[in-house]
Amino acid sequence: MINEKAAAKPFLLRFKERVQEEREERQQASVKKYEITPLIVISYIVMFAFAVITLVPLLWMIRTALVPAADSLQLFKVSIPTFENVKIILDSAPFGQYYLNTIFMVAAVLIVQFISITLAGYAFARIDFYGKNILFMLFLTQMMVSADVLIMPNYKFISSMGLADTKIGVILPFFASAMGILMMRQTVKTIPYELEEAAKIDGCGMLRIITTIYVPLLKPVYIAFGLVSASYQWNNFLWPLVMINSEKNRPLTLGLAIFAMAAETGANWSATCAATLIVIIPLLLIFIVFQKQFMQSFATSGIK
Amino acid sequence: MVNLSQEAFCKFIKHMKVGRYMAANIKERVKKEKVILSEADRKKKIKNSFIAYAMLLPAFVFLFMFTLYPIGSSIYSSLFKDNLSVITPQFVGFKNYVGLAKDAVFVQSFKNNLLIALVTVPISIILSVAMAIFTDKIHFGKAFARTAFFYPTILPMVAVANIWLFIYTPGYGILGQLGFDMRVLSDPKKAIWGIIVMLIWKQAGYLMIFYISGLQGISGELYEAAKLDGATPFQVFRSITWPLLRPTTIYVSIISLTNAYKMVDHLYIMTKGGPNNTTNMLLYYIFQTGFDFWDAGRASAMTVVLVAMLLIITGVQFFTQDRNTYYS
Repeated sequence: MINEKAAAKPFLLRFKERVQEEREERQQASVKKYEITPLIVISYIVMFAFAVITLVPLLWMIRTALVPAADSLQLFKVSIPTFENVKIILDSAPFGQYYLNTIFMVAAVLIVQFISITLAGYAFARIDFYGKNILFMLFLTQMMVSADVLIMPNYKFISSMGLADTKIGVILPFFASAMGILMMRQTVKTIPYELEEAAKIDGCGMLRIITTIYVPLLKPVYIAFGLVSASYQWNNFLWPLVMINSEKNRPLTLGLAIFAMAAETGANWSATCAATLIVIIPLLLIFIVFQKQFMQSFATSGIK
Repeated sequence: MVNLSQEAFCKFIKHMKVGRYMAANIKERVKKEKVILSEADRKKKIKNSFIAYAMLLPAFVFLFMFTLYPIGSSIYSSLFKDNLSVITPQFVGFKNYVGLAKDAVFVQSFKNNLLIALVTVPISIILSVAMAIFTDKIHFGKAFARTAFFYPTILPMVAVANIWLFIYTPGYGILGQLGFDMRVLSDPKKAIWGIIVMLIWKQAGYLMIFYISGLQGISGELYEAAKLDGATPFQVFRSITWPLLRPTTIYVSIISLTNAYKMVDHLYIMTKGGPNNTTNMLLYYIFQTGFDFWDAGRASAMTVVLVAMLLIITGVQFFTQDRNTYYS
């Protein structure tokens, strides 16, 4: 007994020592990791210089929008923020209507896109059919030549259907999205096929399998694609400019542009900045809250 | 011995014959089964094809109507004279294209597009790599820095144009107030550079996120090995980081090249293509030709040129993709 203890003690001691040593090593390593090297100092300096440059235009615009018009043109003058400019804008142009139009367009596009990309993405990922490669290539052309390049022929086609100057006419070309189909296809491929097989044995039909098994699992794709697509629609300008004439159908971007052109004659920068702020604030707030999700979404939308 | 061997030989032959017969039989049967199997497969595939076509139909209808058909219809209508001087479109062959080559504004826009692509793409790439690497190195303020770099991406181009128009305003703009008062957008020589600066500001943060995910794909062991070898940060960048980011760089340059042709919204607010068309771009000139001058034939010809440019740029990516897989 004694012998055993004597033999065990050094071992335990050695073990404890070893643990202590390892802990110290780790601590040293972690201290080393956060050690301030010249490279890190340079990183901080360069990075904050960049950040200032990128942020200044936005901050300046917000400042101009929120200070009284009399002070807005003096960069270094301190003044009390006011919502007066914003109020004037909301009274002078129907930004509420523009908001509703943009929200309608974004929502309608997203709903139709979600349905069309889920079906098409599933077909490309899971079904073996004739002409698959050719069809896939045809869809890829949309990634290369997007609808906003084809303003001339699309305008002719849509106005021949009598849909010029309507909200539906503006959103029709975006109902199918090759990018969304691609994102869908990649993700469906990562979902184990056994799930679908089990459901098939239980006698589920194709549509039921998609809605009950795939749709819940594909939620991350809907969020990622939804963010990218929604911000694209929210920001779209040239195409609505071509399509829309009447004020009641204008989306926000078009309303802002027309307002800015009108305000420009008086060089009323307070008004222009306030209008710009009104247009970008929802997207900006959503972005700041979900910034990580946003960046991931934009990054995955680019991965083939 | 001889008899025995003869006997054995006969037996062997017999076996061989039977064997051969059996083998042939089996082969035939396999063949038949294969045919039967493939027939069943084919039937299944045909059935599957109908299901797949039904599922693809909603997406394909819109793809056809608003991407494939318009490409075809622009090629077709680019062969017609269709402006305010004719009542119905008249077939003129390639005259519209010949006209484009002689159109000074078109040539100018084409050159402007090239200049913008050649300047903004490399500078945006350099800046975005720097942003990705620097924000990767630091521990404090990482999310803040990335947010600050990325936010211009989500702003509408029209809003960005308003902000930068204000920045460039002589006297009142930020440049003027900081003591660099000058005409930018009204100066034919400086205007395009003012727009280039804005475009870089707008898209560098967008390209950064691709480099961030590219950097995450590089294994840390490589950097540790380089550290053991005593490599300087610059050497590490030159011989590890940059070569391994190659696939990302190819992809990012394609995106930013095509973007350089698609981003024109700012022109409507800032310069309308002026002064003297020094900032005009292909897509904006298509807009002007089609909807200000109502020359649909010429606008269609320009659309065809632009589509061809975009297909060529992305085609290059398509053919270099095989090479990518070796790297990633």
